[in-house]
Amino acid sequence: MNVKNTATSIAVHLDNVSRHFGSVRALDGITLEIEDGEFFSMLGPSGSGKTTCLRLIAGFEQPSGGKILLHGKNVVGVPPYDRDVNTVFQDYALFPHMTVAENVGYGLMIKKVPKPDRERRVQDMLEMVRLPQMAGRKPSQLSGGQRQRVALARALINHPSVLLLDEPLGALDLKLRQEMQIELKAIQQRVGITFIYVTHDQEEALTMSDRIAVFNHGKVEQVGSPAEMYERPATSFVAGFVGTSNLLQGEVARAVAGSSAAFAVRPEKIRMCPPETPVSPAECSLLGTVRDVVYLGMNTRYLIEAEGGADITVVQQNLEATSMSVLTAKGERVRLIWSRDFNRPVIVD
Amino acid sequence: MSTERAPWSLRLAAIGGLLFLHFPILVILLYAFTTEENAFTFPPPGLTTQWFGAILERPDFWRALILSLQVAAIATLIAIVLGTLIALATYRRKFFGSDSLSLLIVLPIALPGIVSGIALRSSISVLDIDFSVWTIIIGHATFCIVTVYNNVVARLRRTSNSLLEASMDLGATNWQTFRHVVLPNIATALLAGGMLAFALSFDEIIVTTFTAGQDRTLPIWIFDQLTRPRDRPVTNVAAIIVILTTLVPIYLAYRWTQETRD
Repeated sequence: MNVKNTATSIAVHLDNVSRHFGSVRALDGITLEIEDGEFFSMLGPSGSGKTTCLRLIAGFEQPSGGKILLHGKNVVGVPPYDRDVNTVFQDYALFPHMTVAENVGYGLMIKKVPKPDRERRVQDMLEMVRLPQMAGRKPSQLSGGQRQRVALARALINHPSVLLLDEPLGALDLKLRQEMQIELKAIQQRVGITFIYVTHDQEEALTMSDRIAVFNHGKVEQVGSPAEMYERPATSFVAGFVGTSNLLQGEVARAVAGSSAAFAVRPEKIRMCPPETPVSPAECSLLGTVRDVVYLGMNTRYLIEAEGGADITVVQQNLEATSMSVLTAKGERVRLIWSRDFNRPVIVD
Repeated sequence: MSTERAPWSLRLAAIGGLLFLHFPILVILLYAFTTEENAFTFPPPGLTTQWFGAILERPDFWRALILSLQVAAIATLIAIVLGTLIALATYRRKFFGSDSLSLLIVLPIALPGIVSGIALRSSISVLDIDFSVWTIIIGHATFCIVTVYNNVVARLRRTSNSLLEASMDLGATNWQTFRHVVLPNIATALLAGGMLAFALSFDEIIVTTFTAGQDRTLPIWIFDQLTRPRDRPVTNVAAIIVILTTLVPIYLAYRWTQETRD
């Protein structure tokens, strides 16, 4: 691939971007490249800078330093109305005095698209989000899920090159949220627009994204595909935030793996065996006592107090176990065994 | 809400309070219909509607009424434009002196009218402006701005900022956002503020006394009437007209701000 091609396939390029509010560094020199047509998630706890990052791309705020390139063009200082980017807001931000159709057609009305053309495109959009009957309603007469769809239709009608979504499913209940996740992903594939999706829900990010950037304290900890993120977390923060992980470091790490360098291991990779079970050289092992058992139906989560003082979480599938049998495990001595291959060296932050 | 009946002592106190507040208005209503020409005796010797006819034939009354309506209308218009602009400038952004600015805007209504009146009169004289309808209007506008400003600022603070961002995000410039999103959202607050401003201006007498030249607004006309012995019930009829003219906008303002509160 030559250099020119690479340049044009990058939809958004953040180059050493910072945003400071007084002495608070909401964003502290981040660099990201988001490819054209990608479903890209920004994942992180609240206050990690992910929403600030989105607002900088939208143009609602200006960076304290660095460059923001949309399709190779620096947009620092360009107002939101001159950027080929649209946003779905966390609170939907539907105009309360307008009908659903007027809300969806707002962008076209501003662009002075003739009325018949506008009405047709609004109807097409409402059909895409499966709300064709709601054109004449006011936002206050819609449910949360319907408002969310209207907000999506309103943002997509302008055919932006990038769509920004700020925790759009945060206010919906679990079932609706899961339905909308699938629908959003389907819509994204159909329209082929780059989606940048801000969320604090790691499961949501893993389900929908092509790539994820994990934010923490105004910095990007790691960028990668959901599988990479889960299987090869770069830092202890990513290991703990994307799924759950056991972090082993110091003396315990030396005892288990022969080196005090920190590493993480996923709870489902660990087998729980009787203490006398033999251990092969390719395996790691740790003796401990079961301190707590949580029966989760499909599987069971055990909390084990290991020798050397580490608390280890283990998840075992309930292949043959019943709720009665797993609960009696509390207090038992066990040997934890897992393959060395599953040890993931991480940077502790 | 409790549907329990209040104790009789509390009900008595409430009725007493209301009577105290509104008894003088009942007196005005009653003596607008009395047959006596220059004295108010109780009970009125007879009732008549002749004073309503009499007032219609008084050109000085008509001039005063029309002047008052003109002054109130123009002062309200000025207040709507300036009050809205100040509200837009101050509601979100904190800047150097923004607190002092809010205080300065509220001051004209907090200061005693006599102080504002003297201050305005001195300023008008110093600037060598002739006293006219316009000086009355300027005087009224100073305290009318407050009611518009207060209403609009309160509404703006309840309007989500993401609405403005959504509008800009969809391609609207600042002006287009104001026209299509801000204005419809503050419209009722604007009208309510305007109505209150109109009512305030319509019955204002103190500041008007200081800023009027030869022109007489309706309140000043009524005041002048009191010193004349003839046709006294005419004054009461004029008072009823003032009451009605101010009551209607105040009621509408109340309704419009209520509706949008839920």
